[in-house]
Amino acid sequence: MALKHKTPLLDELEKGPWPSFVSDVKQIAARKPMCEDLLGLLEQSYVDKEGHWKHGGIVGVLGYGGGVIGRYCDRPDLFPEVAHFHTMRVNQPSSKFYSTEVLKQLCDIWEKRGSGLTNMHGSTGDIILLGTVTDQLEPIFYELTHDMNMDLGGSGSNMRTPSCCLGKARCEWSCIDTQAITHDITTEFQDELHRPAFPYKFKFKTSGCPNDCVAAIARADCSIIGTWRDDIRIDQEAVKAYAAGELAPNGNSFGTGPSVLDIQKEVCDLCPTRCMEWDGKTLKIWNEDCTRCMHCINVMPRALRPGTDTGATILCGAKAPILEGAQLSSVIIPFIKMEEPYEEFKDFVDKMWDWWMEEGKNRERLGESIQRLGLRAFLNACELEPDPRMINTPRYNPYIFYDPADVPGGWEIDGKAYREKHQA
Amino acid sequence: MAIVEHMGKTFEIDEDGFIDAFESWNPEWVDYVKGSEGIQELTEEHWKVIHVLQDYYQKHGIAPMVRILTKVTGYKLKYIYELFPSGPGKGACKMAGLPKPTGCV
Repeated sequence: MALKHKTPLLDELEKGPWPSFVSDVKQIAARKPMCEDLLGLLEQSYVDKEGHWKHGGIVGVLGYGGGVIGRYCDRPDLFPEVAHFHTMRVNQPSSKFYSTEVLKQLCDIWEKRGSGLTNMHGSTGDIILLGTVTDQLEPIFYELTHDMNMDLGGSGSNMRTPSCCLGKARCEWSCIDTQAITHDITTEFQDELHRPAFPYKFKFKTSGCPNDCVAAIARADCSIIGTWRDDIRIDQEAVKAYAAGELAPNGNSFGTGPSVLDIQKEVCDLCPTRCMEWDGKTLKIWNEDCTRCMHCINVMPRALRPGTDTGATILCGAKAPILEGAQLSSVIIPFIKMEEPYEEFKDFVDKMWDWWMEEGKNRERLGESIQRLGLRAFLNACELEPDPRMINTPRYNPYIFYDPADVPGGWEIDGKAYREKHQA
Repeated sequence: MAIVEHMGKTFEIDEDGFIDAFESWNPEWVDYVKGSEGIQELTEEHWKVIHVLQDYYQKHGIAPMVRILTKVTGYKLKYIYELFPSGPGKGACKMAGLPKPTGCV
């Protein structure tokens, strides 16, 4: 069927061996006038080399301040079907486990009340439903919550939909129950999720082990990453089997099949802290020097396993480039057990948010507030003691700052008197 | 921009139903908006929030951050959502005649 608008520029994006969103939208455009106009509007943007979406728009459902992102186009005269094209974010189930029935139901709602286009999933993890009109928002919200037991996700300056890796559901390395933690954070902090009150967005992400499959350390304002505080479990017979070529290294990720593994070269020499020794018969690990990088465990999964005294490391402050450049999370709590009902963790969250809401500037992520005011101020607010594990290379860093309040007698610095004796 | 009439006054509104300028605000506007905002009866508490927003806007030229609004009114955010079901930005600011908040996704 011929579409309403000619799209020669977009058609270029269908060429080549790759999947194309243009082909996807065309498929549905045959039965959805909204998607026809969407293609037309995008083609127009390509011709003009200018976007035709207005920024933002204040729409939502009653009782919530987030979950709906308003979109209006600035040429409703030419493309009336996309005059409104709001996005809805739907809170995905932990680890994104669905039944096909739920997915069908979701698609049925969206075919009926929206454009039919979805994005499974957005980078925060939500199910993104693309394109609907203001009048449909409340009916969609009603059907999601009443018929499907699903809820909207976060948008704007609130707690964003928490997300996690597959965790114990599928992965033997998971040190914590990531799904339970994510579900608990979601239900505990409903207010923060639905009613924006923060200086800016705030993300929780939970990974079961330091492989960090959801990249919590790079993306979350508060990353919860599974770890252990005892020793890596070693099966010496399996280590020998790897060395002898009886097992496939890296869980056969590279398709080599069983092949001889040079343990010195591939494992010991690649250990970032060189905490391993292999004499050809026995593998020895100095666990006190291990930084939980997971490399040796990834290479020899049959021989090595995380310890059994498991918990999580809490890190704060990651973000993509906004005001400052991209930033990774820093260790704030080196080890926490993370067992239900997670009271110790929630106490920390309350202190962290109190400080950030008090001190954070508008549109400043937690990591930027920490950068501006100093990690010391943040640790004080969270009532945490500084720890060498918070520092990248503590043994090379000779700078120790004492707080006058912590030293008996204390001291005062008179800047003016100092400058009289010393030049700037 | 569409034009609406209510109780003998006319208002120019944008696609989100916000008034064109703070100067065009009058109490009839509040009465006009309350229906679409899911508010049955306006109480003193509604007016307190509206007045706080307007005072702040007149003084600073922008809408206050949510935290400031909750501090000055003494109302918890959840209660503000009970008063204004579509929230402080969309509901309360619209009623107070403030410009549309520059939301971010």
